[in-house]
Amino acid sequence: MRTQNVLLGLGAVGLVVLPLALITPTGDHPFDGSDDQATRMIETLQPGYHRWFSPLWKPPSGEIESLLFGVQAAAGAGAVGYALGYWRGRRQRRDDAPRD
Amino acid sequence: MHIMEGYLPASHAAAWTAISAPFIGWGVRKLAHRLREDGEARLLLGASGGFTFVLSALKLPSVTGSCSHPTGIGFGTVLFGPWIMSVVGCVVLLFQALLLAHGGLTTLGANTFSMAIAGSFSAWAIWRAGGAIGLPVNLSLFLAASLSDLLTYCVTSLQLALAFPDPVGGIAGAAVKFLGVFAITQVPLAVSERLLTVLVMNLLRSHVGEALVGLLPAKAVRP
Repeated sequence: MRTQNVLLGLGAVGLVVLPLALITPTGDHPFDGSDDQATRMIETLQPGYHRWFSPLWKPPSGEIESLLFGVQAAAGAGAVGYALGYWRGRRQRRDDAPRD
Repeated sequence: MHIMEGYLPASHAAAWTAISAPFIGWGVRKLAHRLREDGEARLLLGASGGFTFVLSALKLPSVTGSCSHPTGIGFGTVLFGPWIMSVVGCVVLLFQALLLAHGGLTTLGANTFSMAIAGSFSAWAIWRAGGAIGLPVNLSLFLAASLSDLLTYCVTSLQLALAFPDPVGGIAGAAVKFLGVFAITQVPLAVSERLLTVLVMNLLRSHVGEALVGLLPAKAVRP
C-alpha cells in the first residue's frame, strides 16, 4: 500500500512537470487557462457577441486572485488533513488501549 | 470547464439553471437527511468537499500548452452518491463565481450541470458498473474519477457548441472546436485526478479502521 501511494504521488507530480519541461508552447498565450481559450473561441465564432452580465466582483489583480485560489486550496487541504488526522488519532488511541 | 460570466445567451443560461435546480434541490434534501441520521458523515463530507476544493483550485499545465483544472468530484461521489456531491460541486462553483470571477452567476446552472451533475452521475454509474462486473475497488475508482473528469469537459464543450454554432460547421463543427480546446488538455489532468483520488482513498482506508467501514467503498453504497 505504501509503495502504491508513493508511486501515485510521484505520478501526479510527473504529470505536472512533464508538460512544463517538454512542451514549448507556440502562440501568444503560453500555458493560459482553457477557460480563457474557450472565451476567445466564442469571440471568433460569433464576433458580435458581448457578454450581457459581468462578474459582481473581480479580484483587483493577479496577486489577489492567486491569494484566493491559495485560500481555496488551503481550506480544502485543511479539511482533508483534519479528517485524516482525527481518524488516525482515534484509531491509535483505540489500538493502544489496554485490553482485558 | 468554467463558462465565464455572461458568456451564455440568456435563454441558454436560464435553461441550464432550470435543468440543474431540481438536482440541487433534491440533493440538499438528501444531504440534510444524511447528516441528521449519521453524525460521523459530517467529517467525511468535510473531507470530500475539501478534496473538491483543492483539486478545482489547482490549475495544472497540460500537453497542449494550456492549463486547466481537475474537478475532484469522483472522490466524494463514491462515498456519498451523486445527489449529495452535486450540491458540494455547486457550492464550489458558487465560491469561485463570487470570489474569483471564475465562472459566474448567470452560468452557474450550466457549470453546475457539467461539473457537479454530469460529473457525479457519470462517476457513480462507472463506479457501480465496475462493482457489478467485479473490478477491483481501486480500478473502479480510477475509472470513475478520470472518466467523469473528462466527461465534464465534454459536456462544457457541447453546452458552448449549442450556444455558439459554427457559421460553417454548425453545432457539430463548433463542438469539435471546443473539444479541441478542452478535451485534449484534460486527458493528462484526468489521469492526475485519478492518481490523487486513489491516493487519498488509500490513506483514508488505512487510517479509518473499522469504525467507518460502512461508509467506505469496500462495497458500493446507496445513492
